[in-house]
Amino acid sequence: MAKGVKPRVKVPKTAAAGETVTIKTLISHKMETGRRKDGDGNVIPRSIINRFTCAFNGKNVVDVNMEPAISVNPYFQFEATVPEAGEFVFTWYDDDGSVYEKKKSIKIA
Amino acid sequence: MNFTRRETMAVSGAALVASVLPIKLMASTPDLISGITGGAEASDAGINLTAPEIAENGNTVPISIDAPGAVAITVLAAGNPTPGVAKFNFGAGSGSQSCTTRIRLAGTQDVIAVAEMADGSFSAAHQTVKVTIGGCGG
Repeated sequence: MAKGVKPRVKVPKTAAAGETVTIKTLISHKMETGRRKDGDGNVIPRSIINRFTCAFNGKNVVDVNMEPAISVNPYFQFEATVPEAGEFVFTWYDDDGSVYEKKKSIKIA
Repeated sequence: MNFTRRETMAVSGAALVASVLPIKLMASTPDLISGITGGAEASDAGINLTAPEIAENGNTVPISIDAPGAVAITVLAAGNPTPGVAKFNFGAGSGSQSCTTRIRLAGTQDVIAVAEMADGSFSAAHQTVKVTIGGCGG
């Protein structure tokens, strides 16, 4: 597991039924491209998060396939519709097989 | 024919430039777009790509893409060592087919977004971003 990986997600606490909300996610990750070399000229092996998904009550919101061209600490901002109260599940998949998950619930106001 | 020292320098300098140049050639934008669409024609309408004209640091270049009605958006960077950047697949729970993220660019180049619409057609947009410091290490 890569060190210091910390997912952060910003979701409003409440929404009107059927409202579209903006979600911001950020995960601390070094996103090593596999092209850089260390001081001795050895290539530093690739280590990135290659997939990110967000689902609301089991319904897919967005599913992103990521390449090394995504910056350090991958940041995504997107929109989701909230038809009823429920839970957002955010999942990040690391190259080394680790899976990072974060959940956020939202209420109907 | 005798070369003076000055002439020799000029000739070898030109040869050096000629040998370096081909490496800098980028994959062409239309080729990359047709690679995604499978040769189908991509229209210009229906997709919005927002990227800065000048990015000081190629390590984090903020981009946003907005393509109403798209099922998937592919982002490419024509001048990167590997052109692929990301592919966004939108599901039933998405509120709009838009996304903002930060990408790495190795140098001044075209950023391309290709949207696949629900009816199977494609839309593409591209914008040139000037990069003062590249962001791919090496």
